[in-house]
Amino acid sequence: MNQLVKEEVREERLDAIREEAEARGSMGSAGIRPTGSPMAVASPEAGYYGQPLLKEPQWTPLIPVYFFVGGATGALAVIGSLADVLGGDEELARKARWMALGGTAISSALLIADLGTPSRFLNMLRVFKPQSPMSVGSWVLSGLGASAAASSLADLLEDEAGGNGAVEFLRAAGRAGCVLFGMPFHNYSGVLIGASVIPAWNSRIRSLPREFGMAGLQSAVSLLELSGEIDNDALNVLGLVSAVFESWEGIDLLRTRDRRLRPAKRGLSGLLVQLAGVFSGPVPIALRVASLFIKDRRVRQLAAVSGILGSLLMRYGWVSAGTASSRDWKIPLQIDGPAKRLDSRAEDEATRVASV
Amino acid sequence: MSAEMDSTGILPGEVTAFLTDSTLCIGCKACEVACKEWNGIEADGLELTGFSYDNTTALGHSTWRHVKFVEGTPEPGIGGNHPGKISWEFSSDVCKHCEVAGCLEACPTGALVRTEFGGVFLQPDICNGCAYCVFACPFGVVQKNEDDGRAFKCTFCIDRQKAGLEPACAKACPTESIKFGRLEDLRDEANRRMDILHSRGMSDARLYDPVDTSVKGTHAIFILRGEPEMYNLPPHPEVPTVYLKEGWKSAAIEAVAMVAAVAASFLVWGKSQRNGQG
Repeated sequence: MNQLVKEEVREERLDAIREEAEARGSMGSAGIRPTGSPMAVASPEAGYYGQPLLKEPQWTPLIPVYFFVGGATGALAVIGSLADVLGGDEELARKARWMALGGTAISSALLIADLGTPSRFLNMLRVFKPQSPMSVGSWVLSGLGASAAASSLADLLEDEAGGNGAVEFLRAAGRAGCVLFGMPFHNYSGVLIGASVIPAWNSRIRSLPREFGMAGLQSAVSLLELSGEIDNDALNVLGLVSAVFESWEGIDLLRTRDRRLRPAKRGLSGLLVQLAGVFSGPVPIALRVASLFIKDRRVRQLAAVSGILGSLLMRYGWVSAGTASSRDWKIPLQIDGPAKRLDSRAEDEATRVASV
Repeated sequence: MSAEMDSTGILPGEVTAFLTDSTLCIGCKACEVACKEWNGIEADGLELTGFSYDNTTALGHSTWRHVKFVEGTPEPGIGGNHPGKISWEFSSDVCKHCEVAGCLEACPTGALVRTEFGGVFLQPDICNGCAYCVFACPFGVVQKNEDDGRAFKCTFCIDRQKAGLEPACAKACPTESIKFGRLEDLRDEANRRMDILHSRGMSDARLYDPVDTSVKGTHAIFILRGEPEMYNLPPHPEVPTVYLKEGWKSAAIEAVAMVAAVAASFLVWGKSQRNGQG
């Protein structure tokens, strides 16, 4: 009953707002504007006072770290599942599996810490939505975590109790899961940001998953090398493959003339993206090739450090490029720069005069 | 005034909408006040922007109705600007409640849902503040409240609609610039209104209802004077899920290439390594 009375009062309040607005709310005239003052206007050229149309991504600086750790984790899970069966390298595979397990734990912690309401992180697993890369990613992370845990548990059991059928089954299941979930986990972050309204990101929807994925492989390789596998040839080849790919992507980015990509080329975000390209492309290529001739382990170590730095910078660069891109109101409003428009008109005029 | 008298007569299952007619708006901001009072939203603070009488500038987590004051370039007259020639429009903006909503598609928790009246509702008891919806919205509507940790946006007054009442903003609008009703009825009404406006010589009046885009139309349509760009409304809004296929395809190809590269290099160089080391 009390509730009903309260609702009645609130209904009356809305009527009162309307009556007051009717009596006193009409705007008489625009504000005072001195002639020729450089005041912002709303027009088909200036948009709405140049106010951003899109909202800025509200991610904390933990998210680029999450992308970095996630990329490396996915690739480590794949390496850990294939290096022993295909390469017979039991020691390296085991190490990669343990690192992948640690990676899934760190990834989860970073993802949860970024949430506005971390206590509700399990709500991510309330539903599965294939149309939401965030939902797919949460499930893939869960699946990879379970698979990496199964693999490492099999390793532990083998050490403690020796191998048996159950341990082999656990290892096989973990191995299959690590490859299955490691594949999407090492590059889904590219799809995650690419399938958004941010112009700089969705203009690179095709290349971001490739670029992030190869950066994930490179950081996985580099982390393994720094953990002591510095003389492994297979890792050096994989490092070279990803560095060559990143160089190609970097050249492709520079060659693509697109207004939407301006934040990836100019300003602080542009500097980060470009530096990332250098540290994950040409620098590791040079060092890795040099390591074939120079028998100094520090050359390989430097290549690994450069690869890790490049992968990390790449994520920071692209996330900050997205933030800068969201502020560019002209792109979603499909407005060319007014100055450019005037120039082209003047050029048209000039050519017309000249031809006459 | 009793609730029965105000009843909209619209039942769950019917698709409701707003028709916001900027040619009737007087810029009183009653809709903003009513929205804040009914929904108990925090104040935006008092900051003067210098953009006409607009001091909130955009929709956001604490602004679910936003009156735009579209003030054009002044034309010179005697002793300053020509008082009669200033173009000055008002339009009350709101969440568009898209037919194909980017925020709804992006939400990983299922906090964003389609309501029984066709609107898009963010359940605050489910949202965990991942903020992915924020940049899935082509209209820049939904925003995370950093202090609260969850995202917020217009609820379409689903509580009032369920009780057969019109949303608070529509109720408080003194000039019926904000109309609430069935989407189909309002589309007809908007077309009638456009005919009237055009016959009166208001040739720049236009209907903003992006049906031919990937958002497939909205449940908040607008009658504007002039270009939508002046009102910060995108001429071609796009739901980001249209990029998904391209993105996942590229990701799948790269993932297969990565696994192949790992397999090949360990097959060729991995074994010789260990054997060499003994």
